[in-house]
Amino acid sequence: MSQSLAEKFYFYMKLGRELEIRAKEEYTKGNIGGFLHLDIGQEAVSVGAVFGFGKGDLFCPYREHVLALARGMDPKLIMAELFGKITGVSKGKGGSMHLYEPKLDFYGGNAIVGAHLPHAVGAAYARKYMGEKAGVLAIFGDGATNGGSFFESINLAVVWEVPVLFLCENNFYAIGTRIDRVSAFRDIYLKAKDYMPALQVDGMDVFAVYEAVVNAKKYLEDYGKPYFIEAITYRYEGHSMADKGDYRSPREIETFRKKDPIENLKNKAMQMGWLTPEQIRMMDEKIAQIIEEAVEFALNSPEPDLEELYKDIYCGVCADVIP
Amino acid sequence: MLYRDAINLALDHAMQVDPRVIILGEDVGFYGGNYKVTDGLFAKYGEKRVIDTPIAENSIVGTAIGMAMMGLRPVAEIMTANFSMLAMDQIVNNMAKLRYMSGGKIALPMVVRMPQGVGRQLAAQHSQSLEHMFASIPGLYVFCSSDATGAYHTTLYAIRLDDPVILLEHVLLYPMDFEFYKVENFDPFKARILREGKDITVVSYLKMVHDVLRACENLEKDGISCEVIELISLRPIDFETIYSSVKKTKRLVVVYEAPKSFGLGAEISARVCEEMFYFLDAPPLRIAGEEVPIPYNRKLELSAIPTQESIYRQMLSWGKGHGL
Repeated sequence: MSQSLAEKFYFYMKLGRELEIRAKEEYTKGNIGGFLHLDIGQEAVSVGAVFGFGKGDLFCPYREHVLALARGMDPKLIMAELFGKITGVSKGKGGSMHLYEPKLDFYGGNAIVGAHLPHAVGAAYARKYMGEKAGVLAIFGDGATNGGSFFESINLAVVWEVPVLFLCENNFYAIGTRIDRVSAFRDIYLKAKDYMPALQVDGMDVFAVYEAVVNAKKYLEDYGKPYFIEAITYRYEGHSMADKGDYRSPREIETFRKKDPIENLKNKAMQMGWLTPEQIRMMDEKIAQIIEEAVEFALNSPEPDLEELYKDIYCGVCADVIP
Repeated sequence: MLYRDAINLALDHAMQVDPRVIILGEDVGFYGGNYKVTDGLFAKYGEKRVIDTPIAENSIVGTAIGMAMMGLRPVAEIMTANFSMLAMDQIVNNMAKLRYMSGGKIALPMVVRMPQGVGRQLAAQHSQSLEHMFASIPGLYVFCSSDATGAYHTTLYAIRLDDPVILLEHVLLYPMDFEFYKVENFDPFKARILREGKDITVVSYLKMVHDVLRACENLEKDGISCEVIELISLRPIDFETIYSSVKKTKRLVVVYEAPKSFGLGAEISARVCEEMFYFLDAPPLRIAGEEVPIPYNRKLELSAIPTQESIYRQMLSWGKGHGL
């Protein structure tokens, strides 16, 4: 079990990191524009959470490339979206912050901090209303937990008894402001613990995240009620490409880099005999090839036609549901 | 039939035939709605379909968005448009844009209903007309109507649409009694010509329509013949109907309750000037609210918005000044 998990985790965490390193490069070349928020350093949370949760709806913040990959979104469609091409998952109209694929139960890429939390609660209500049990995973950063949407959402999730797993990625910084300067609680799970089961987990350890989420998911399915996990993690890059991140000391960054989730997993997996150096080398090669193909696909894809400007605003037809 | 009862009838009908239609909002359930629009539905459909929410407008719309994403057809009530300001992030940044940002992959078959306008001495924070805010946002439909028949059909149509709709009502319309009849193939995108005339095209909507109609009856006695157009949809606006009427009358007046600046009158008269300038015999006139928060005092309150008398007076003197 741990062997196959280690392989899966390594593949998606590394794929995520390499895709983002390449995205960073393409950004500096001018192939990618706008805001680009990189997940580098936080991959264990994204991958552990998505695989731990399994079936169910995902509502994500704007730092969602790795979440989308782990959920099964084609790297080509992600890269093409970052390039703003018509072949992108959102036809080049959403960009980095707006990856959506309802076929994968993947609902954003939402770029207003905390605004997707009530969506997750509403979605969980709808799914439960229709007799489904899988529940909803809502992921957000520490910054979202000081806003009204957060408190409104945990309140409603409890009152309505809906299965939402609130997963906070605490990387200590709300853009450039250290969270303890603007938040009354340093331990964010304390904000939720009077509402629902709430705990803290090491977000640099993919197995720890995975296990916590598996347990939470079971709770959601058994009781149909919400649950809260705070994962302690760190982003190596700035908030976005527009941010050098120099409000943090090199020493602080180095401390967390030493706990790198991918290196940790690799070492552990080799020590335990779950993965051989040869297997890792083969995965790395495959990943390099996937990224290369994704960039090539994005580069060679056409821009949207100008008439796309006016499409996808309205459905435009009346659903003939009520006579 | 009372205006509020017509909306209730539409909601009831929609809920009866489609289990995906649910209602949520403050006091909409057990209490029956602050304006009694949802009265009786809680008892009939239960608390899972008629959901009482906390006073948290952002989440009323936000959770409705999540419900709509998953295929329910929620009808969210915001108690008054004044409180919709707390939900503006969800309405403007999410509800209006999710379809576009997702390249057409997400549909939001949802409605947000709310009353607006000046009632009787409710003071500034309960007396606003905010249609221009919603109507300025691509991705939303904005509907409203002035009578029970219109309200019934508009509500049903909005629920049937796969797109997000803002449904504006007016606090003073709820208790008004109207003749009610069903319309085949009701189309909210088509403006209604309520009165034919040859001298002035008057465009209005919601409660002001009634003041306009009475003012125009009086103007008739002065020999001025008005064509009154009621807009049902404020986004998009049926400009074709307005243009063809202006072609006939050569004069345009827009009457609305919101402050004059930046309102629907600015939009409608600017468009008519752009498209119909050489058909016009007079510059368009806007009869609208004063540039003030609405005061509590009844006398001041009435001075802040157009009334039947002020509409009549302004149109008469403007008409006389422009060749009528």
